[in-house]
Formats: sequence, C-alpha cells, structure tokens
Amino acid sequence: MTAAGAAPLVEMRDIQVSFGGVHAVDRVNLDLHAGEVMGVVGGNGAGKSTLMRVLSGATPADSGTILIEGKPVSIANPRDAKAFGIETIYQTLALADNVDAAANMFLGRELVTRLGSLDDGAMESATRKVMNRLNPNFKNFKSPVKSLSGGQRQSVAIARAVHFNARILIMDEPTAALGPAETAQVRDLIRQLKAEGIGIFLISHDIHDVFDLSDRISVMYHGRLVDTVEKSKISADEVLAMIIMGKKPGEATSEELAQLHV
Amino acid sequence: MTDAPATRKVSGGRSPGALGPLFSALRSGLSRLRSLLSVTEVDTRLLGMAAALGIIWIGFNIVSGGNYLTPRNLWNLSVQSSSIAIMATGMVLIIVSRNIDLSVGSILGFTGYTMAMVQVIWLQNVPYAWVIAIVVGVVLGGLIGAFQGFIIAYGKVPSFIVTLGGLLVWRGLLFEYDQGQTLAPMDPTFQLLGGGPTGSLGLWPSWIVGGVVCVGVVYTLINSRRKRRRYGFPLRPRWAEVAVGVIGCAAALGAILIATSYVWPPALAHTYALANQIPEPPGGLQIPTGIAFPVLIMLVVGLVMTFIATRRRFGRYVFAIGGNPDAAELGGINVRRTIVTTFVLMGILSAISAVISTARLNAGVTSLGVQNELDVIAAAVIGGTSFSGGVGTVPGAILGAVVMQSLRSGMLLLNVPSPVQDIVVGCVLVIAVGLDTFLRRGQSR
Repeated sequence: MTAAGAAPLVEMRDIQVSFGGVHAVDRVNLDLHAGEVMGVVGGNGAGKSTLMRVLSGATPADSGTILIEGKPVSIANPRDAKAFGIETIYQTLALADNVDAAANMFLGRELVTRLGSLDDGAMESATRKVMNRLNPNFKNFKSPVKSLSGGQRQSVAIARAVHFNARILIMDEPTAALGPAETAQVRDLIRQLKAEGIGIFLISHDIHDVFDLSDRISVMYHGRLVDTVEKSKISADEVLAMIIMGKKPGEATSEELAQLHV
Repeated sequence: MTDAPATRKVSGGRSPGALGPLFSALRSGLSRLRSLLSVTEVDTRLLGMAAALGIIWIGFNIVSGGNYLTPRNLWNLSVQSSSIAIMATGMVLIIVSRNIDLSVGSILGFTGYTMAMVQVIWLQNVPYAWVIAIVVGVVLGGLIGAFQGFIIAYGKVPSFIVTLGGLLVWRGLLFEYDQGQTLAPMDPTFQLLGGGPTGSLGLWPSWIVGGVVCVGVVYTLINSRRKRRRYGFPLRPRWAEVAVGVIGCAAALGAILIATSYVWPPALAHTYALANQIPEPPGGLQIPTGIAFPVLIMLVVGLVMTFIATRRRFGRYVFAIGGNPDAAELGGINVRRTIVTTFVLMGILSAISAVISTARLNAGVTSLGVQNELDVIAAAVIGGTSFSGGVGTVPGAILGAVVMQSLRSGMLLLNVPSPVQDIVVGCVLVIAVGLDTFLRRGQSR
C-alpha cells in the first residue's frame, strides 16, 4: 500500500503519558504513511484520544519521540503541531461557541489586511467556499456557532482542519454527531483527502466505519498498543476481540470469538 | 434552516399565573421588533439600552420639573461619566475572557498620586512636567497590569484573588508613601484634562469633531457596503443604510449642539472678559463650552478599544477565550499572553482615568478612585457584558457607565440621600442583568 523504504510521514516511538500514576498511554509505537488511513480503535479509556492529543500538541507526552518524515520534532503545543501540518478534529469539536463559523475556521490563523486588521470579508468568503464543498446546506454564516445544529458544528470543525493544507489529519470520532447523509459526505471526504496524499488517523467507535475506510488498524487496550494490522488480513471479529480482550489475532481462541456474538 | 422556533415556545408555559400572557406578549412583540431591526443589523441590546437611558432621562426631567435635560446638566453628566466609562471599556475585555479586575480603583489612586508627585514635587518648574507625569503614570499603570496579569496567566492564581490582593496592596502602598498628604495644585495645562468650562474644546473645534464623526460614520457605511459587494455577500437594504447613517450623524451633531449651547458660567465669563479686555455686552459674554477634554479622551479611548476588540486579532482571541478557553488553546492561540495583555490594557486605562480624576480634582489625594472598581464592573455588566464570558461590547460598557451616572446625578438633583442612591443603583444593576438574561432566553439566537 505504501512506498517501502521511504520514511513514514509520522512515527511515534515509545510514547508514554501518565495521569497521576495511571498510564494513559504506555510505550506506544505507531507510524503513518502519506495517503494512508490508519484506524485507531479501542474501548473507552483505551488511550486512543490521549495518544492523538500528544500528536496534536494538546497533551504533552512524558517521554517518547515523534518523527515527521524521519526527522525528530518537538511538539509542545497546538501551534507547533499546526506548523508541521498536523490538523485535528477533536471529539469535542473545540469550537468557540460565541463567534461565527468564519471566526472559528480561522481561529489562531486569522486573515489580516495590510495594516494587520482582521479581514472578515476575506475570511467569510473563504469559509463560504469551503462550506459549499463540505456541506452545501450550510447557510448560517453570521450566527455564533452555538446556535448551529450538531452536524453544522461538525462541518465547521472539519472545514477548519482541511482548509489549511494539512499533511496529517487526526479525526477523533468525526461522524459522531452526524446523520446518515452527512456521514456519507465525511466518508467521501476522507477518501478524497487520502487520494490527495494526506495521512489520516481515524479514531472511531464504529468498527464498520474503520473497516470501510482504513488501510491499517491499530488497536489500543488499557493504554497499550495491542497491535497494528493490515485491514486486508483481518476480520472484523478479530478486531473486536482485540478491542475487548486486548489479545492479538491468533491468541484468542475460537470459543472466545464466539462469545463475542452472544 | 436550524432550530430557531424550538427555543421560542417555552415562554407561555413556564411563566406562572397572570403574568404568563403578559410576558409572552412582551416577548413576541420584542421578537417582531427584533426581526425588523435585524434587517438594519443594528445591535438590539445597545438599542435597548439607549431606550432605557432615554426613559431615565425623560423620567428625571419630568420629576425634577425640567431641570434634568438642560445643556448644563447633560454636559456635567458627560464629564462625570468619562472616568468610569474609560475603565469600563477595558473591563469588558477582562470579563469577556472570564476574568475580573478588582484593583482598578487602587491602580487609579496609585498612578494618579504618582502623577501628582511628578509634577508637584519631583519635577517642579520643569517645562512639560505634566507630559512626563502622564507618561510615567501610564507606564506605571501598564506595568502594574502586566505584573498582575502575569501572576494570573502564568501562575494560574484566580484573577479575583490576584486583583483583590492588588486592591489592598496598591492602596496600602499609596497610604504608606503619601502619609495622607494632599498634593496640589496641578500644572495649569494638566488641569484642563479634567474638564471644566476652560478644559473644553469651545465652539468651532467641537463642531469640527462632530463633522469628523459624521464623515467617519458615512465612510464606514460606504466602505462596508463596498466590501460586501466585492465578496458578493447580501447587502442590507438601501433604506436601512440611509437610516443608520442619518441617525448616527444626527446623534453626533445633536450632542455637539447641546454641548455648545452650554455657555460659560457668568462669573467665569466676566473674569475672562476682564482679563482679555473684551467689552461685555448686556447680559454678559456668552462663551460656548463645547465638548470637554475628558469626554474627548473617552471618545477616542472608546473608538480605539472598539477597534481593538472587533478588528484586531487580539480582540478576536479575547472573545474566543471567553467562549471556550480549551478551544482557544487548541486553536493555537497563546492564551496566557492574551490574558496578560488584557490586564496591561486595563492598567493603562486606569492610569488614563487617573489623569482625568486627578486633573478634575486638581489634587493628588489618597482616597482617589476608592470603590471605582465596583462602578466600573457595574457599568460593564449593565452594558451587556456577561459574567459567563464571551459576550460584551465596548460601546455597551460606555453606555452602561452613562446609565449609572445618569441615575446618580438625577437622584442628586432630586436630593435623594446617598444611601438611597446606592440602594437604587444596586437594584438597577440586578434588575438590568436579570431582565437581559430573561429576554435572551426567549431569543432564538
């Protein structure tokens, strides 16, 4: 699937994060190639969101290294991550509710005029263009995003992540608040971005989503990485076993697998 | 497109008893008015406050038998509001970003006395000592703000605690170092910044200011229309543009007309005539006062702060932080630096208010600015700043300061004793915020 030999787009080595003695992420190794979709799955509290927050600069790692295209980098805050082309769609969406869609889309990266004043016209115009592509039904450009529906808010968060030429995209439950039609749109978007050569981490509870879209799947269990597997070489049941029991494929017996369907 | 009607139908059901229909009628009337106004894109809350101010003014005028809406009283009102209004413009940003500053009154006292020290003691007989005094005061105010802001943003100590400490420390330091002494008089040029008939623009400069404001209003309208056309955004109807322009210019020119129709008090005009050997006509010399310097400073500060709050990145960040601090951080905003900057601004504005208060009093005294923090916070809150963060406007805070001062000066005119004044202002504060919360709950946005 990926060009062998070339350094991966992202490589996370021995990443460790603890919260007061609890290992939220315990010596995890993970890599991602350009044009690849990596599904990251696991139960609640498995550490997948925390691991991704390390990459997006939201949670500093206690130890471990991050390499981008083979070069070690330091990501201390979200600004650093964005400078490396890492964009994140957070599960909470991370929107400032009291300002409008354009202000949210350009939050921290506002367009300014020559004199350094906010260029609201240019920002709204760009937002309208992006939204036309992502969610043509979106019309409320002037109202604060708190008055928008869940799906519309999600489109704002997605628009923000894809507008700035991301190389690495982290999507934490991107379809959680969406209806069927919008979910289909997001799936199309993921395929399109993948075709453009963007590397995508897709975190989801929905195993079918992950199976449909991912090239490889990483399963986390109690802060540890159980395994990373090629999607083509594994069944949904085996992934489920990894999620629930934390066992690698082959370690789980067929009886245990059968138990999952009870 | 969205959930607009869903939130609106709560009204009738929840309000108990006979008041229910009244409230829902009030709400539906307001929402109809609001939809008409939304075409003009005028801030309805600001308009509501202007209406409330109008009611207060007319009410006092009737009760006082026409003594309230006189050029003299309105002119005084404008001067008395300016110091609190200037600080309120900064308090808006502080409260919007979910902080509070209780130390502004003490900073005002501390910087005001320092400015008095500079011109009366340290730089006696130095030319332009008053300019140096102002620079020293403003820098000092900024430094105090930076110091407090640093502890709040980087030390993670709640702003309530840090500025409560500041309230005590700066006033205490002032006591320690002035030993209760009053410093007077100020430099004659410095005194003009406090207002008074001589500290005003006079006839023609006032009208020039009015003209500049009108040109500014028209330019802003035309510019925004041009920008919208360039991006192909919906334009607002032509009648709305014209109405906003005409009302804006009329308000500016009306204010100038009132300010210039207040003439110097006869005694002062007489002294002036003698000093300049001007022959006095029967009835004395009629010298129009015009816009007072403190009011001019307030207008400039208001404009600059509005610009900072709405047109600069910094302002956008302040609002984003107030709306969702986590999102602001995740969005890559340097939250801590932004918070420090709001406190630096607040310190500078306190020092500017200190210039006005010290000049107006013509003395540096220990008690200058005592309890001003409460008036400033009240002005910002009456002006629509929300304590839950993310909501507030600079013009609203200025209007809030004027509303408070209007109540106080009206009650003073009616000889209402000072404790009763406090009771009324306190009640108005709570009622204003309560009413605003109530009306906003029924609003679709």
